[in-house]
Amino acid sequence: MAKRPPRWLGQGLSYAEIDDLPGRMIVLEGTDGVGRSAQIEMLSAWIESQGFGVVSTGWTRSRLMGPTIERAKSGHTLDARTFSLLYAADFADRLELQILPALRAGFVVVADRYVYTAFARDAVRGADPRWVRELFGFALEPDLVIYLDVDIDVLMPRILNGKGCTYWESGMDLKLADNIYDSCVAYQTQILEEFGKMSKEYGFDVVNASGPRENTQRAIRRRVQKVLDEIAAARGA
Amino acid sequence: MPLQNYVTPHPYPGKLIIVEGIDGSGKSTQLDLLRKFLESEGHPVHFTEWNSSALVKDTTKKGKKKKSLTPTTFSILHCCDFAERLAYSIIPPLKGGMLVLADRYMYTAFARDVARGVSRKWVRNMYSYAPKPDIAFYFQITPEVSVQRILSGRPQLKYYEAGLDVMETDDPVESFSRFQGRIVGEYDEMVDEFGLTVIDGTRPIFTQQQEMRAIVDEKVGEYLEKSAPPRRAAASRRSSRKKAAPAKKTTRRKTSKTAG
Repeated sequence: MAKRPPRWLGQGLSYAEIDDLPGRMIVLEGTDGVGRSAQIEMLSAWIESQGFGVVSTGWTRSRLMGPTIERAKSGHTLDARTFSLLYAADFADRLELQILPALRAGFVVVADRYVYTAFARDAVRGADPRWVRELFGFALEPDLVIYLDVDIDVLMPRILNGKGCTYWESGMDLKLADNIYDSCVAYQTQILEEFGKMSKEYGFDVVNASGPRENTQRAIRRRVQKVLDEIAAARGA
Repeated sequence: MPLQNYVTPHPYPGKLIIVEGIDGSGKSTQLDLLRKFLESEGHPVHFTEWNSSALVKDTTKKGKKKKSLTPTTFSILHCCDFAERLAYSIIPPLKGGMLVLADRYMYTAFARDVARGVSRKWVRNMYSYAPKPDIAFYFQITPEVSVQRILSGRPQLKYYEAGLDVMETDDPVESFSRFQGRIVGEYDEMVDEFGLTVIDGTRPIFTQQQEMRAIVDEKVGEYLEKSAPPRRAAASRRSSRKKAAPAKKTTRRKTSKTAG
């Protein structure tokens, strides 16, 4: 199976070339606490064990913006629009300085969250979806987007056993409830709905993440295997 | 398009006056003079300037120092700064009926970021929710004048200021002057697109300031009448009475000074 030519999600970066990207980009999307990190760790190890170089990248992890975003989150004073811009700066930094160079060099880039996270959060906050989509229009379209899907009643115990209901992950800025647990349930329910809508719009590969971790991992690997086969085929040719 | 706030008048009781122009155009000097004048008249003035929010200032500084900013991150970071100031230093004073004076506004991004290579449409979308200024002054000078003024006052041109990240030359002066040329090109095209009020930035400072004040009076005079009524009324009452009173005051002040 031949790789389709690389495409931008929207307008793209007018000054960057993407004609020759031998690498592949795999994105794991899913809401807070669904278990993305554990899945990504297992997945990356597995891809490397098959002999492919992996570069992993994650939402808010850029050197430029990481500390700034942490600082911004520790205060509760920023509006949704400013947050989207902070995320966009973080993403642009990683895209240009990390993701694109890795793809040019033939790596498999595994991304923990992608621009869809910003779309979901903004939609729940009532922002005009066109604004944020145009803002992130410079994003590269991933080769594969795996969406880890769960129901809210499976998600809540995982959140509580993990980081717990934090201010932002409970959408406390939206004042959906007068206590953090109810707010978290209401907020995460809406986020799951937004991801559900986007699954169809963007054609995510939906993986049911309700069961044991190993089952989820197996389902993820089945999908990733196809991408790895493509790379191997391209090298053979 | 409903997103395009920035081309329809804002709904707030305050007024927004902004200045634009390339480096060395004299815009900050002129805005400062205008500000002092308006303050002395008793108007509630709020001043804000480009790239000054606490949120991303250090980040931008760090990125510039390391030369790791790309045209896109440079552009988004400046919009982060703007978004924070909009939420705290621009919209609230406008809602509170104040006169907001801004040294540079979204047009700076439209000119400079596009000169750096990002798309016009994309950068305009980012700022599309910003309120349209009541007056947008554009201090027009040629790149040559800018180079002359900047070089006479500054020992060294800064990396991003000179556009050394995008101009494909290592000579700072050459790069700066070509980069300013591109920026001027973008500004000039925006005069019609956004209805910028052009001021010839090569004329004497005093002349420009007179023109600026006349335009302010013409465009927001009605607002100014209302925004400082008690003092104005008091001042005109005083001047219509006997002239002896202020004269006495002066004498008294003089006496006390001598005594002290």
